Amino acid sequence: MLAATEPVQRPNDAKLLVVDALGHLRHTSRRDFVALLRRGDLVIANDAATLPASLTGRHLPTGDAIEVRLAGRRSLAADQVQLFSAIVFGAGDFHTPTERRLAPPPLLDGDRLSLGPLLATVMETLGHARLVALRFDGSSDEIWAGIARHGRPIQYAHLSTPVSLWDVWTAIAGPPVAFEPPSAGFVLDWQSLAAMRDRGVEFATITHAAGISSTGDAELDERLPFDEPYTIPSTTADAIAGALSEGRRIVAIGTTVVRALEHAATGRGSVRTGPGVANQRITEASRLQIVDAIISGVHEPATSHFQLLCAFADRPTLEEADAAMSARGYRTHEFGDSVWFERRGAR
Amino acid sequence: MHQLTGLRVAVTGGTSGLGLALVRALSARGARVAFVARGRERVARVAAECPGSHGIIGDVSLQNDIYPMALQILGELGGLEVLINNASDLGPTSLRLLGDTDCEDVERALATNLLGPFRLTKAVLGALSAAAREGRGAVVVNVSSDAASTPYPMWGAYAASKAALRHMSAIWDAELDGQGVRVLSLDPGDMDTPLHAQALPDADRSTLKQPELAALEVIAAIEAALPVAEGRADDHPTAVAQ
Repeated sequence: MLAATEPVQRPNDAKLLVVDALGHLRHTSRRDFVALLRRGDLVIANDAATLPASLTGRHLPTGDAIEVRLAGRRSLAADQVQLFSAIVFGAGDFHTPTERRLAPPPLLDGDRLSLGPLLATVMETLGHARLVALRFDGSSDEIWAGIARHGRPIQYAHLSTPVSLWDVWTAIAGPPVAFEPPSAGFVLDWQSLAAMRDRGVEFATITHAAGISSTGDAELDERLPFDEPYTIPSTTADAIAGALSEGRRIVAIGTTVVRALEHAATGRGSVRTGPGVANQRITEASRLQIVDAIISGVHEPATSHFQLLCAFADRPTLEEADAAMSARGYRTHEFGDSVWFERRGAR
Repeated sequence: MHQLTGLRVAVTGGTSGLGLALVRALSARGARVAFVARGRERVARVAAECPGSHGIIGDVSLQNDIYPMALQILGELGGLEVLINNASDLGPTSLRLLGDTDCEDVERALATNLLGPFRLTKAVLGALSAAAREGRGAVVVNVSSDAASTPYPMWGAYAASKAALRHMSAIWDAELDGQGVRVLSLDPGDMDTPLHAQALPDADRSTLKQPELAALEVIAAIEAALPVAEGRADDHPTAVAQ
């Protein structure tokens, strides 16, 4: 499959592969995804806005150019932006494929980093030479201002031109806590939300700090997805409990929603309200407690996103889907085409 | 007044006139306020004067300032219930006939008074609709003028931009009805503000409304548009909804 190379959230020709609970495949236009929804369905999306998490600057002890990609945070609290985990690259930018990026200079505890208007200190390395915990100087407002003015959205070599925040914020973007866009949400616009309402489809959101999708290092990629904080509003938890008790379908827009909801599942037909940190992997061994169907991007089989789809469908079905998408020229990555999977079997 | 406690409000043009009065009044009533203005020193001064408020430097007329502004508003407040598009540009700084008005002055008035509110509202609409879904309500206030409906000679650039903003507000209010987001166009009246002095330097200031009074009227209109909460005071004069 080919990578989608233009930052268009809803291209007119976007494709959608529908895989139903019996493993039957059919191709449709993604514009028509609302037609897949039934009265009573509960659709849940991730309303995280995306941080401009790529910060260029210098490693002050050596003077070397670096790119810092913010990659994790312990909570979503607005005033807790001093501490981040981050991936550090050497000189260069997104035009170079991540796996060919230069390594940063050796990063030692206490090293100072100058990142545009921001200053930060390497607190420790986190089990890998280019994964660090860093602490920004300054007040929360100063850090937000520095990130807003200097940061760029994280992007990869398949997009040739720099993307802007408006390219990567979904229509429903709210709290800026995601490190990369929760891109399954690109399918949503205000027209589709109105169409859902007209069909009697319920809509709710969670906020989940979607993490980075690739580090360029096989050993680090093995550790993806990193822990991701999320929060579930009480209205969303109530809607989920209602849908579960009435046997209505719950449809997740994107893998982050599945990860958060399944992490928050109580095992008693509900999810916990409020903040949590999703630290689990969802794989073919996972038994889904909350989500009945997912709409997601097209992912290569080696990725954690693909692994998550194995909780919805068995291997032969996934292989058949992969072959069908390759044959039809589906596009991968965040601005690519989409898949809809219904969970095989009952909860 | 405790309906305002904890309410997350963003105000553009927050360091002078009505905007400054709004930042002060909302902060004093327990709202969590982020305000935007162009001048670094004035932003710092107002932020220091209103503890707990968040000052953001930005220019609503500039396309490239909008997302950094929205990012800081939503980052620093963690979400948003109320956006007040207050920043305004008069057009030519001494009022003049349209035939004598430079195109650049019209463009700047449109950029500040129409495109800026449109862009910023669009950028924070996800947060506003989440607030509405979660039962807290959401309101956008677009500060208008009687010049938006009455064709006063000499006010062409300003008035045309405010008329467009008023019409956009009405359409947006209708379109967002299903989302539970209200969009209000409010005329605060002729106020004793720097913008008014710029337009009519010889006006008798004693005849002009104090921006502090207009701010209370805007706040009352916001409260009236939010879901009813117990203990809401409704003894304020009402701003004129257009």
